[in-house]
Amino acid sequence: MTNKKIPVTQPADQSSCSCSDAQANPACEMPDDNVSESRRGFMKDVGGLSVASLMGTAALLTNSDEAQANTEWAEWFQGNYRLMTDEEKARAVARLERRYSSEYGKKVTVDTTPAQDGVLFGYALNIQKCIGCRRCVKACVQENNQSRGEREIEWIRVLKMEKGDFSVGKMKDGYPGDFGIQVGGNAYSASGVVLEGEHYYEPEKVPDADAFYMPIACMQCEKPPCVKVCPVRTTYREPDGPVVVDYNWCIGCRMCIGACPYWARRFNWGKPNLPKEEMNPNTHYLGNRPRMKGVVEKCTFCIQRTRKGRYPACVEVCPVGARKFGNLLDPNSEVRQILAKKRVFRLKAEMNTYPKFFYFID
Amino acid sequence: MKKISKFTVDYLGYVVKGSPKFYGWVAFLSMFILVWVYGNYMQLTEGMIITGLTDQVSWGIYLANFVFLVGVAAGAVTVVFPAYVYKHKAMHEVTVLGEMLAIAAVVMCLLFVIMHMGRPDRLWHILPVIGIFNWPHAILTWDVLVLNGYLVLNLIGGFYYLYKKYCHEELNKKFYLPVIYIAIVWALSIHTVTAFLLNTMPARPMWHTGMMPIRFITTAFAAGPSLIIIVFLIVRNNTRMMIKDEAINLLSQIVVWCLGIALFLTLSEVVTELYHPTEHSMGLQYLMFGYHGLNNLVPWFWGSLVAMVSGFILLLIPSIRKNYKLLPWICAMIFLGIWVEKGMGLLIPGSIPTPIGEITQYSPTFLEIANSLGNWAIGFLVLTILLKGAIGILLGDISYAKTEGGK
Ligand code: SF4
Ligand code: SF4
Repeated sequence: MTNKKIPVTQPADQSSCSCSDAQANPACEMPDDNVSESRRGFMKDVGGLSVASLMGTAALLTNSDEAQANTEWAEWFQGNYRLMTDEEKARAVARLERRYSSEYGKKVTVDTTPAQDGVLFGYALNIQKCIGCRRCVKACVQENNQSRGEREIEWIRVLKMEKGDFSVGKMKDGYPGDFGIQVGGNAYSASGVVLEGEHYYEPEKVPDADAFYMPIACMQCEKPPCVKVCPVRTTYREPDGPVVVDYNWCIGCRMCIGACPYWARRFNWGKPNLPKEEMNPNTHYLGNRPRMKGVVEKCTFCIQRTRKGRYPACVEVCPVGARKFGNLLDPNSEVRQILAKKRVFRLKAEMNTYPKFFYFID
Repeated sequence: MKKISKFTVDYLGYVVKGSPKFYGWVAFLSMFILVWVYGNYMQLTEGMIITGLTDQVSWGIYLANFVFLVGVAAGAVTVVFPAYVYKHKAMHEVTVLGEMLAIAAVVMCLLFVIMHMGRPDRLWHILPVIGIFNWPHAILTWDVLVLNGYLVLNLIGGFYYLYKKYCHEELNKKFYLPVIYIAIVWALSIHTVTAFLLNTMPARPMWHTGMMPIRFITTAFAAGPSLIIIVFLIVRNNTRMMIKDEAINLLSQIVVWCLGIALFLTLSEVVTELYHPTEHSMGLQYLMFGYHGLNNLVPWFWGSLVAMVSGFILLLIPSIRKNYKLLPWICAMIFLGIWVEKGMGLLIPGSIPTPIGEITQYSPTFLEIANSLGNWAIGFLVLTILLKGAIGILLGDISYAKTEGGK
């Protein structure tokens, strides 16, 4: 197998970042996250969903014209993407393009570019550099046509980790009083939370001096538990690495959500809310094409971009160049260089899922 | 062929006719089913958004009821097993009632699991041959196989027996006995596989324990016969069908011992997890004590524990165990205790905290509860009808000779 170098444009580095506000104060436009909980035992109470959002869907449903209904009906009979012949794929894509174009009022393309030989995508993230600005989160939502507003779906979550869990100032908190025996040391922070990260933080400014940040998303495991449990094989690993979902084949059983150790999968609980003007018309069948209600979705390493030699949206937008992407089979790629030279680790390596998403520090 | 069509006509004619009590019961169940129709309409049109589920807690009471009912279905074997393996006479006379219960329970399981799916319209994707069946990798496909297999075995076993009774013919033992013995082993498989569905996920440390299948089976053999005892006592008091004391006494003994083992296993798990609690025991800690004021599940856990422990102690006392006025209430308490233990005590806290350590509370919405109650109502309707028909045949109210002779 020849190790091809994937044709990429300029690496998005902190100095040559495409977004103009890179050097500006990263806090200038904090993406708003509607939940703020300062206490450690954070939670999001999602008990009641507003009636308004339900009515919104009803309105959307009635909009569908007959042509669209027909294509949807034909879609119902279509087979699993992997098993389709080329003609079947072409037909399915034409159908989808027709439906999406009429639904979003613009020319939408659904790409089917396959994996290239000699390419295995990998990702490396510098946690030393990440400032927690969450631009990657927002860029991802825009690029990948996730649901917006009240039903916002985010594939990337940035965990804010507090520094000083072992600070001398807090030492006294750790000693249990009455027994006269030290049983707890100064482990006053509950060892409980699996990762001591909080992803609903809403600071005035980032980075917070008392914190560091650890973004997570799908790790594109080489041995993905989510794939193993899927009863209909609708989610699977592509030859160039990303784990993808055929949204038209998913039965919505959410076994994969249970099996993923990284909480990387999202479910479309209702009809996704994707405004026409914000819809990204350059889509891939296995990537960012609009989803329907009742199916699972996740990060695909921006398959619609990376198979065409572009960087994922998150890599491009990161103002500090914390995110690196490339071909793991190419010894000269940036990711391979990082793996060779930096201090690298994988999150929850004990799970033995072999992520192709690495963390590193300089 | 004529006999079979006659059987069908007689059977159906018999089960739809009944006393005012019967119609009252059916009307009562229908109320729930009406709300169920509305709830399902909402869920099909709006999506799962009408439930209280989230990306954090994405398995809720639908799946909890499913897991519990698999146990009830498996529990029917506590009637069949003594009857055929130990040749227990009193039990032998009522075996078919156990099979009817198993059928009704599997029907409920299927309803719940379909309701849990985000795209029930794509159910055909999981059918072998026309869809893709990820077997043997995905445990869910095993569950599909064993549950449907169990349904078929009980349908065959139960209705073959009833049909032969109806015709006053001898059973063909060469055909019938293998079906029964396979069904006995199969019953264990359904709950075992359902346990594997949960405990094969290292991402959910609370479930990731080898103790799960045996815990499932012991609780199933406590909850299943508890329900059967209640049903038997109702049948005894309302029909001419005489179910012998020995049958009920044996069942209550099975309940008490299985419940005892289940409690012991719970204790072992709690000690193992909490002696030196690691991050992996967060789910159990959250369940038992709550976390920083987030304690939705705490009362459920302790309530269910109290119900199970007191049920166990009460049933240990022979005079109480044989008091048929008290027994059904104790059984109901045990049944509910185990229902809570499977749902609020196992399925839901398995998702809390999430794999990245977030604690999200879950409470089912009104429609979610209404849909669940509706599934139960349908199940009880099926059970009522199946039992009615079976009892009619066992009592000789409907038989081929009778209808033929009447002409
Ligand atoms: S991170 Fe989760 S969703 Fe992504 S491949 Fe691994 S198991 Fe699957
Ligand atoms: S929700 Fe969809 S992708 Fe996930 S396991 Fe079920 S069918 Fe497969």
